[in-house]
Amino acid sequence: MAEVQFRFRSDEPVADPAVTVDSFGEQSNASAVRLEPGDDARDLLPHLDRLQLIEVNFPVFGDGRGYSAARILREAGYDGELRAVGEVLVDQIAFMRRCGFDAFAPEVPLDPADAEAAFARYDHVYQPTTDGRAPIWNLRHG
Amino acid sequence: MYKYDTYDQAMVDARVEEFRDQVRRRLEGHITEDQFKPLRLMNGLYLQLHAYMLRVAIPYGTLSSAQMRMLGDIADKYDRGYGHFTTRQNIQYNWIKLEDAPDILADLASVEMHAIQTSGNCIRNTTSDQYAGAAADEVVDPRPYAELIRQWSTFHPEFSFLPRKFKMAVIASDIDRAAMKLHDIGIQIVRNAAGEIGAAFYVGGGMGRTPMIAPCINPFVPIDQFITYSEACLRVYNRHGRRDNKYKARIKILVHELGKDEYTRQVEEEFAHLLTQNIEPPLAELERIKAMFADPPFETGLSDELDRSDPDFALWLDNNCLAHKQPGYIAATISLKPVGGIPGDATGEQIRLMGDLAKQYSFDELRVTHAQNIVLPHVKKADLYALWQVLDANGLGTANLDLVGDIIACPGLDYCSLANARSIPVAQKISQRLAGQAQQIGELKLKISGCINACGHHHAGHIGILGVDKKGVENYQLLLGGCEGADTSLGQITGPGFDEDGIVDAVEKATSFYLSQRQDGERFLDTYRRIGMPAFKEAIYG
Repeated sequence: MAEVQFRFRSDEPVADPAVTVDSFGEQSNASAVRLEPGDDARDLLPHLDRLQLIEVNFPVFGDGRGYSAARILREAGYDGELRAVGEVLVDQIAFMRRCGFDAFAPEVPLDPADAEAAFARYDHVYQPTTDGRAPIWNLRHG
Repeated sequence: MYKYDTYDQAMVDARVEEFRDQVRRRLEGHITEDQFKPLRLMNGLYLQLHAYMLRVAIPYGTLSSAQMRMLGDIADKYDRGYGHFTTRQNIQYNWIKLEDAPDILADLASVEMHAIQTSGNCIRNTTSDQYAGAAADEVVDPRPYAELIRQWSTFHPEFSFLPRKFKMAVIASDIDRAAMKLHDIGIQIVRNAAGEIGAAFYVGGGMGRTPMIAPCINPFVPIDQFITYSEACLRVYNRHGRRDNKYKARIKILVHELGKDEYTRQVEEEFAHLLTQNIEPPLAELERIKAMFADPPFETGLSDELDRSDPDFALWLDNNCLAHKQPGYIAATISLKPVGGIPGDATGEQIRLMGDLAKQYSFDELRVTHAQNIVLPHVKKADLYALWQVLDANGLGTANLDLVGDIIACPGLDYCSLANARSIPVAQKISQRLAGQAQQIGELKLKISGCINACGHHHAGHIGILGVDKKGVENYQLLLGGCEGADTSLGQITGPGFDEDGIVDAVEKATSFYLSQRQDGERFLDTYRRIGMPAFKEAIYG
């Protein structure tokens, strides 16, 4: 199990192990769940209030379904930890951050300097997401 | 034309530095080629048969003189003196060194250009009508909407690792000059009965190994919701598009397998949700962009008279020029298809010259067409003869727009690592063989791909040619009856394939048969549609 290398939250990390979406439905006391690319993030929406950690797995970096899963969860108001796990590479983390991930547990730890540069690379963004950054459109038009 | 502000400029400048850093990490061995590949691809850098190829984005095919000149300079400085204009209205350089790529991107950024998302499984450069802003038949200039898509799709955090590449086109006239229905999303800007502007969405078209014509999934999305609607189309695709087989990963397969109605239902559901998320750009942004696409300062009261006494000029005028919405002006197409030449290629010198001519004669503006030619969109008729003389003296005056020599061809096995067969020599031979008859034959769109990925649009050619590998030997299949535009249709294979010389003979048999059968005013395509495949087959194989 990879360590969390970057975390943008001040609350205490959840100690519970994340369970699969299938078993989550049957374990009403679980507070952490792990989404695989084929899982439907919307299945979790009725249970968001008892979830404190959602791990989204990227078995290969090119499978981008986890980006949509993350946004769907944030758009539904989920405010617990959203953790990217698996093949999380330095050139994907800024996109992930924008989609709502606030914790990163890469399978292979990233070079801290490269990661810091990647998170800070772009001062502005074109599109609004739930990350709170004002898109360039709004900056232009106040 | 669109001009960057400090935000746009900062974005491409940061990209240059990011890519410089990625190249450094690759050259120093910190990342593997497997990890580097998607990064370089998202910057338009491919590893081809002999060298790296760099594809530069030309958003909706529109360029200024300074941008065009820079493209010529890059050809001379970093390539072997050539650039290759593509069917995506972009330009490619075929002989690039990896270590030069960051400097090329920096040169491009100095003229508000980039190679962002010209490759990779992301939203690619958006294409449009090459006569936008000049054509009399458009509802509005489609380019402001394409520019808004450019911004929205640039570094889109959710859609940078889609199942497969994603191509969008925007048009605004019923005559479709951008093959809109053969895109992942084709948008036609329309006006409804109430006079309001909206976007008709056609989703799930494409060429490749499974060609499909996009169905219309929504005939009128209000213009202040069309980015949100695009986001819904993409999200359904990103979540549910197939990832088990790259050959079934395009959105056309999803739309086909779900069925248009079910796909549309899912999009509408996602759209309803996304409307609550406030992601649509403010209308003020569209207005800001539109102001930059306002008409240039056309002179009024100009004559429409043209001196046709030079027969070569008159031929070029008739073949290569399109009526302009503004009296006294004309849109002129520079053919990059000289007889026996490489379709879409131009030398660094020619590229700079076209840039200079645009400044002198066309309000500082050029367009790249998906048929791999260049348009000077706003030429004063009084200047046309002088312009043509310069073009003609520099190998750019070929009068063959939409004739059989105006061939679309992919780079093929001469350059491309995916190709099964060469495209360029076949194009050259056909161009030479039929040059003398081209005028008599009339409009005939001939398109050649060197493999089933169909970059040469062979499915949409009145005559299409597909190169395949047959037990280690190049073999060419012939297709007839394809067409892009308002009456889009897909070509059908005639029968057994041919070798390189055989395909040239077969094309000539087809055109000769057409000439013998045509009725008054019929184009090749019309005759084919009237008498059908069996008669042509008999003429070709009989």
